[in-house]
Amino acid sequence: MTPTESSGTPLIEARGLTKRFPGVVANDRVDLVVHPGEILGLLGENGAGKSTLVKMIFGIYQPDEGQIFLRGEEMTADGPGQAIARGIGMVHQHFQLVPPLTVAENIVLGAETTRGGFLNRRAAEDEVRELSQRFGLIVEPSDVVEDLPVGIQQRVEILKALYRGAELLILDEPTAVLTPQETDELLGIMRDLASSGVGIIFITHKLREVLAVTDRVTVLRRGKSVGSVDTADATTESLAELMVGRSVVLQVEKSAREPGEVVLAVDGLQVRDDRRQMSVDGATLQVRSGEIVGVAGVEGNGQRELVEAITGIRSIVGGSVTIGDHRVAGHPRRVRDLGVAYIPEDRERDGLVGNYSIADNMVLTDYHRPPFANTGIRRFDAVDANATELVERFDVRTPSIETTVGSLSGGNKQKVIVARELSHDNKLVVASQPTRGVDVGSIEFIHEQLIASRDEGDAVLLVSAELDEIFSLSDRIAVIYEGEIVAMLDPETTTREEVGLLMAGGGESDGESNGQVAGLGADGAAVD
Amino acid sequence: MERLAWRQVLLPVLAVVLGLVSGGLLIFVSGDNPLTAYGGMLEGAFGDTDAVGRTLEKATPLVMGGLAVAFAFKAGLFNIGGQGQLLLGASFSAWVGFRFGLPAPIHIPLALLVGGIVASGLGALAGLLKATRGTHEVISTIMLNFVAANLTDWLVSRDGPWNDPDGGALARSPLIQDSAVLPKVGGLPTGFLVAVAAAVVIWWLVSRSTLGFEVLTVGANPKAATYAGISVTRITVLAMGISAFLAGLGGAIQTLGVNERFEPGFNTGLGFDGITIALLARTNALAVIPAAVLIGAMDAGSTLMQARTDVAPEIISVIQAFVLFFVAAPSVVRWIVRLRTGDDDRAIDLGAGWGAA
Ligand SMILES: Nc1ncnc2c1ncn2[C@@H]1O[C@H](COP(=O)(O)OP(=O)(O)OP(=O)(O)O)[C@@H](O)[C@H]1O
Ligand SMILES: [Mg+2]
Repeated sequence: MTPTESSGTPLIEARGLTKRFPGVVANDRVDLVVHPGEILGLLGENGAGKSTLVKMIFGIYQPDEGQIFLRGEEMTADGPGQAIARGIGMVHQHFQLVPPLTVAENIVLGAETTRGGFLNRRAAEDEVRELSQRFGLIVEPSDVVEDLPVGIQQRVEILKALYRGAELLILDEPTAVLTPQETDELLGIMRDLASSGVGIIFITHKLREVLAVTDRVTVLRRGKSVGSVDTADATTESLAELMVGRSVVLQVEKSAREPGEVVLAVDGLQVRDDRRQMSVDGATLQVRSGEIVGVAGVEGNGQRELVEAITGIRSIVGGSVTIGDHRVAGHPRRVRDLGVAYIPEDRERDGLVGNYSIADNMVLTDYHRPPFANTGIRRFDAVDANATELVERFDVRTPSIETTVGSLSGGNKQKVIVARELSHDNKLVVASQPTRGVDVGSIEFIHEQLIASRDEGDAVLLVSAELDEIFSLSDRIAVIYEGEIVAMLDPETTTREEVGLLMAGGGESDGESNGQVAGLGADGAAVD
Repeated sequence: MERLAWRQVLLPVLAVVLGLVSGGLLIFVSGDNPLTAYGGMLEGAFGDTDAVGRTLEKATPLVMGGLAVAFAFKAGLFNIGGQGQLLLGASFSAWVGFRFGLPAPIHIPLALLVGGIVASGLGALAGLLKATRGTHEVISTIMLNFVAANLTDWLVSRDGPWNDPDGGALARSPLIQDSAVLPKVGGLPTGFLVAVAAAVVIWWLVSRSTLGFEVLTVGANPKAATYAGISVTRITVLAMGISAFLAGLGGAIQTLGVNERFEPGFNTGLGFDGITIALLARTNALAVIPAAVLIGAMDAGSTLMQARTDVAPEIISVIQAFVLFFVAAPSVVRWIVRLRTGDDDRAIDLGAGWGAA
């Protein structure tokens, strides 16, 4: 760790930055300092203004007021081109790679050495290999980006910034899409980079990561900086309180509840993914009314396809999905009409229309029903009333219900979906990564909502890459591996290590017996 | 909201002014007085009832063609088959017009409807190909243009079933019966009123109905549409069908109100002018009306303009191209700006771009 009281000129210093958007002050006289070799955690609730702040530093937005100094020299706001030239690199939450190009091509793109107008691919690959070894970010330069897992793609993004000589690296929620292992690797890489003198601004909602890797933390609340603390003096609780302004219950309360009849039955299900691989292959699982079944698994083991088949979005190749006494065969609307709510994993792609208002997004799935429409005619007063109520109830931070969803902060987008889906009268709730990119206060809230649904007698299927989430919410844990449910476990009698092992395929051959370890048959019989 | 609406009007108006100024410069350079030329154009387009009638007559199929393109665009589809759809609409309405003897209040709507419905089949086919086979609608609608052109050519050719027996060697249909003719009221074409009504209906459909919401959702984010339970296939077919219906109706109005029979090759290019109009109107159904009137007026006024000056008739096309360029240029600028704002805020400016309701 670098001494935080380092006396030298700061690498970057922002003074009194203010940024206004229509109806909101996204940043209100915010100060921020990063020294060379220092990792600064940037914390704040959804919509607190973190992304806005770093976008100003990177030159994407121009501040309305305030100044930014790079090594003591004032930056003239001039777009990211200048920021990059002066040694600032940013990895956006949504990667900006060109999928069909190779790792090396992506890294050198825009800064490439050419010969007679052609890319010197060999030289580029050598350069990238050298760079990747120097920083311990192992990638294969000739791999095609679209074939790589997100964790590796992220490394490519970081290498891309380093290739351009970044001395200040901005990472906006880089761990939101990573598996726990990938996250650990990334944190290690960040430490190495810092010890080689790179300054890092690290945005995350996971307090554990902040405590593990940062030197100092700056906290934003509703656009204002509420202070900086040395990480050494901080705890999860103190950080959460600083962010939210009240103490946060990090562990949800959940009463015991007898599950009722089977609501969702998945039997020997087979589903193909977009590449036509059989990514769900013989999955069997049941969810009863009044229970939460958590699906644990390393991403890419068929979770997405499983959920899409259950909700009617993806076609079923073999086996069956039964909800109540209805056999699902495509038709998302028919599935919804059975009382199924679905929080999709990829909110921008599936769950929202970015250029629609919050009001329209709040009725995206039942715009056609009374009171939102009558004989094909939309009823805007009802649509607006609904949005006003849900924005209030689910604490969506927005200037108005007419605001386009695309301009909301990441976590607030998620709240729009959660509000819409959980406000229905449901029988089955399918929630995929429901708290991804969501702040601690909202995680608490969303968890409470899911438990409330369960307590009302809904069956809840929860898919999450967060073992913490799985363990704290689930009444039963289903482990998915290579498209099969390899174990059904009782969270009371199971350890994280056991689940982790099964997720990695460790229990594949004797899934049956592992199920019995937890006092359960692999057929999904309930915990009693 | 207020400010947004104002900006949306300002932009096309500025584009028109800039287009006219550029055209004026061109006229000046070629040795004529731009004021005389534009004066002539204005008088030729709006000088008296006859002139206004001519302008509206020219504007009518433009409204329909513009609506066809604009509506398809709402669903994220590019219908450039307006020409073929228009020909089908024109020929089938002519057939209803000359073949049947009915009272006018039945005959006219029937002929219009048949024209629109037959054309909508052509569009729906392109939609079906897109939704089920992934054939891009630009390709299929261009191809179907040829199919429609050749089919209608044959229908009225000498060996065709709808040939005019009194036409000698001419390939054309018989004149439609009087009961099918769209009348003029006080020198003004009623066809224009039909077109205005169509624009209002489409505007209402897009902004007020659940079908419009489905169309917009499919256009904005097909994945989210599927998620929401909207059938992308159904909407794609329907949107192309409605779009082609509008183009076909345009052809039918032209037949019943102006040509009074079907002749192959009439109004070549009309289908493509729809793209210009839709762009100028920024795909807003109501804005299609003034956009079409503007272009119609330029066409209608060009004769008098030439009579007064030595300006070549092509200059009108050049001015129209200028106008279009200035409409498109800010979009290009905006497109670049939008890319630069990057990551998850990319959608912010979409409201001001194409496809906004
Ligand atoms: N381009 C924009 N146009 C309008 N409003 C915006 C824009 N970008 C951000 N905002 C608003 O500014 C505020 C701060 O947003 P920002 O994205 O910085 O939050 P954040 O702290 O990164 O949140 P999250 O943790 O959810 O990503 C929010 O109220 C958001 O709605
Ligand atoms: Mg953010």
